[in-house]
Amino acid sequence: MKKNMIVVATAILFVVLFIVAATLYNNQKDKELSSASLEKIEHVQRDYSPRMGPIDAKVTIVEFFDPACGTCSAFYPFVKKLMNDNPGKVNLVLRYLPLHQNSDVIVSIFEAARLQNRFRETLERAYQTREAWIDHHVARPEKFLEQLGGLGLDMEKLNEDIRSAEIARRIKLDMLDAQQLKVSRTPGFFVNGKPLVHFGYQQLQQLVESEISANY
Amino acid sequence: MLIFICWLIAMAALFGSLFFSEVMGLKPCVLCWWQRIFIYPLAVLFLVGLFPQGHKVDRSVVRYTLPLAVIGLGFAIYHYLVYSGFIPESLQPCSEDLSCAEINLELMGFVTIPMLSIFAYSAIIMLLLIYRKRFYQ
Repeated sequence: MKKNMIVVATAILFVVLFIVAATLYNNQKDKELSSASLEKIEHVQRDYSPRMGPIDAKVTIVEFFDPACGTCSAFYPFVKKLMNDNPGKVNLVLRYLPLHQNSDVIVSIFEAARLQNRFRETLERAYQTREAWIDHHVARPEKFLEQLGGLGLDMEKLNEDIRSAEIARRIKLDMLDAQQLKVSRTPGFFVNGKPLVHFGYQQLQQLVESEISANY
Repeated sequence: MLIFICWLIAMAALFGSLFFSEVMGLKPCVLCWWQRIFIYPLAVLFLVGLFPQGHKVDRSVVRYTLPLAVIGLGFAIYHYLVYSGFIPESLQPCSEDLSCAEINLELMGFVTIPMLSIFAYSAIIMLLLIYRKRFYQ
C-alpha cells in the first residue's frame, strides 16, 4: 500500500523533526544560559546569604530555594550528602526564591531564626513538617510557627524580627537576582557560578565533581 | 489528497504547539488550551478519514471534522481579538497568572501564535469545504 507508506513516513518525519528542533533549541538555550550567568556573576552570590559547610571550601553550591517546594525538600539531603562525601571541599549558599503564596513569610521566619543562630534547625524543621503547614500549595506561616517548639527560639523576638525591613530587602534582592539569572523554578543551582542547566541529582553531582577536580 | 493536507496541518499544529510549550517553556494560557482541545483530535480524526472502510474515499469525514474546526476557529479569532486589544483583557477568561493578551512570541516580527492558529483552522475549513463540494454534490 503506497498510501500507508506515505502516511507512516510523514508521521515519523514529524517526530524526527520535533526531536531535532528540540535538541537544537535546547543546545542554543544552554549556551545562552551559561553565558548569561557568566556575565551576571555578581548576581549569583551575596554576602548576606546564609552559608553551610566549610568557609574555605573551593567549591560553592548556590541554591535558590522555596521552603514550600517539594523538590527543594527532596534535594536538601542530597546536597548535604554531596558536602559530606567531599569533606572540606564543598559549601552551600542558600538564596530565597519564595514562589508559593506566603512562602516569603516562611523565609522571613528563617531569617529571624538566623538572628538567633537557629537557621539550619529551622530550615530542617520546615522540611520535616511540610505537610503540617502547607495547604494546597499555600504556605501557612501561623501553622509553621506552631512547629518550632524545642528549637530554643525566643518566639517573641522572632515575631518582631519577621517584620524587619532588612529581611524584606534581602528577600526582594534574592528574587531580583533570580530573575536576572533566569532562575524561574526551584531549586535553582549554581556551582562556582556555573548554572545547572539540566536538572537532576546526577547532573548536580557531575557538576560538583567536575568543579572539585578543577579546583583541588 | 485534501484530507492528507488537512492531516498535515493538524499534525504541524500539534507538534508546533507542543514545541512552544514543552521545549520553549511558554505556558499555554486558557484560550490556548481551548484551541488545543479542538485541534489535537483532528490529527487523529483526519488519519482515520484517510483509511476508509470498504470505500475508496471516506465521504463522512467532513461531517465529523468540520464542527471541531469551526469551533476551534471561533476560539482562535476570539484569542486574536484579545491579543490585539479589541476585546479588553478584563472580559476574557484567563486565570490570574497567565495573561492571554500578553504577546509571548513574534516570529519574523509579526506572526503570533493566535495568528498561526487562525491560519491552521481556516485552511482546514477551506479544504474541507472544497472536499465536500467535490464529493457530496
